[in-house]
Amino acid sequence: MSTDTRLDVRKTYKLFVGGAFPRSESGHSYVVTDSKGKFVANAANASRKDARDAVQAARKAFGSWASRTAYNRGQILYRVAELMEDRRPQFVEAVRQSEGATAARATKVVDESIDRLVWYAGWSDKVTQVVGGANPVAGPFFNLSTPEPTGVVAVLAPQESSLLGLVSVVAPVIVTGNTCVVATSHQRPLPAITFSEVLATSDVPGGVVNILTGELSRTAPTLASHMDVNAIDLTGIAGDDALATELEVSAADNLKRVRRAPAAEPDWTTDPGTDRLTAFLETKTVWHPIGI
Amino acid sequence: MTTTSTAPNEGTGPATGGWDALPDSFGDIVRSDASLSRFLHGLPGVDQVGAEARAASLGTRSIKTTAKEYAIDLAIRMVDLTTLEGQDTPGKVRALASKAMRPDPADPTCPAAAAVCVYPDMVATAKETLGSSGVHVAAVATAFPSGRAALDIKLADTHDAVEAGADEIDMVIDRGAFLAGRYKQVYDEIVAVREACGDAHLKVIFETGELQTYDNVRRASWLAMMAGGHFIKTSTGKVQPAATLPVTLVMLEAVRDFREATGQMVGVKPAGGIRTSKDAIKYLVMVNEIAGPDWLDPDWFRFGASTLLNDLLMQRTKMRTGRYSGPDYFTLD
Repeated sequence: MSTDTRLDVRKTYKLFVGGAFPRSESGHSYVVTDSKGKFVANAANASRKDARDAVQAARKAFGSWASRTAYNRGQILYRVAELMEDRRPQFVEAVRQSEGATAARATKVVDESIDRLVWYAGWSDKVTQVVGGANPVAGPFFNLSTPEPTGVVAVLAPQESSLLGLVSVVAPVIVTGNTCVVATSHQRPLPAITFSEVLATSDVPGGVVNILTGELSRTAPTLASHMDVNAIDLTGIAGDDALATELEVSAADNLKRVRRAPAAEPDWTTDPGTDRLTAFLETKTVWHPIGI
Repeated sequence: MTTTSTAPNEGTGPATGGWDALPDSFGDIVRSDASLSRFLHGLPGVDQVGAEARAASLGTRSIKTTAKEYAIDLAIRMVDLTTLEGQDTPGKVRALASKAMRPDPADPTCPAAAAVCVYPDMVATAKETLGSSGVHVAAVATAFPSGRAALDIKLADTHDAVEAGADEIDMVIDRGAFLAGRYKQVYDEIVAVREACGDAHLKVIFETGELQTYDNVRRASWLAMMAGGHFIKTSTGKVQPAATLPVTLVMLEAVRDFREATGQMVGVKPAGGIRTSKDAIKYLVMVNEIAGPDWLDPDWFRFGASTLLNDLLMQRTKMRTGRYSGPDYFTLD
């Protein structure tokens, strides 16, 4: 063995819960490989109790996050985009390894992800104007509708698109004031792990985004049946009808808002529209007497 | 001392310690500050590092499935549901009393809490709601929480609470007098309040957060037990730190040793800062290991808490339904 051979630093990543990086409560981890099957790192395999802890952290963060001004939330998301820009090479590398993309293709994905975040950040103080407003009523009342965040949202992130898809499902949930627990792509968790490192060093308060790596079969049923989760986005199990049905049934117990799994993973590069922004909003309507 | 104790395992008990040859009555010991001081300071010192390590190691026991179900139900039965705020209203006390009788309205198998703990002026309101449900009313008397008042005021406070129907009185000791070494004064106050209690049970609060050392906690425990307290209680909940595992461990050792020495059983009540089922179960493990299974009963061990009950109920629901519950499904208090 020659003296100039450097030993690899074999990384074992952890979860991101409540702004901290805890190990999985189970102590389990799994091997993450690149698209060619070569070892890249170990990632934590989140258990049902990690999901419970993450929901607790998200619930704790919800009140203060939802009561921030929309403008402030937009600024914070914009700051996340800035930090992603700083870490561009790391994200490009993570996308290359995870998705087997060429350098040029991976760079484009990172660009699009950052742009997507900036785009959603801009929506923070505009969404109320678009989906809320004054309603015409036949009486001496002002009648005003405003959107309010649903609460704690469990997000099953896409399996294929590990960065652009992740940003496209997380940003619209938190920009409107929800907090979330994200179960990442099982095979491709690296971009999500890097994203959690960005979140930890940004101004996003701990607990607003909680990131769980590992098998969906361990965390998804817990998240779907948890009575303190207000909504669930099943995008990450696109095409798996049996699991989707099972999760929808569990979610029905506390009347969770469910965003159903699509038949196949969507093309994330197209214009996202406001669909995901409005999916996890509740409309509050206020009647107020006029005059006297 | 001519009369020796009736301790069951005399000779096999602790080798040192002032209680080995405790008289049947404490007449000699409690005669003066000097004699009390001699006795209390003759108690073996608490090994602080050892006590903390023991408490921490007992906290790592894994209690699962049926044992956990049993522990949670037991903990619910041990809760003294407490509200001690300046802003307490009759409505709040009524709501709390209803909750103590039927903690989980969705589940009739859920046991009731042990007692409702309120200020003396709220005793009548609580009693009215609780009726003959078996849930006790505890009142904090004697110038709670500081204990800074003349003795006749403390006794009047106690009388008021007992007349209003309190089943249990939680008194605070005069920490200033205790720390200054005026043990006789503290002893006499406890005795006087115990008399004023009549049939009501007396819990003696030490406010361990203000006693500075574990040695003082051990001394206060013995002082209160000799004065006839039915329960010894860690804290008022108004001072940080409130109940901790090591402090409760020292108190549990004291009640165990007191029973060995005198045959009398005294209860223990940690209060303040116990918020999760996990914490509560750690305490129960400690009760079983230190004092013994005899204390695993609401008559001999209580939790002074308010938020703890909701967490116990959520855990209980989780065990029964298999899904994690949330605070949306239980009352705010």
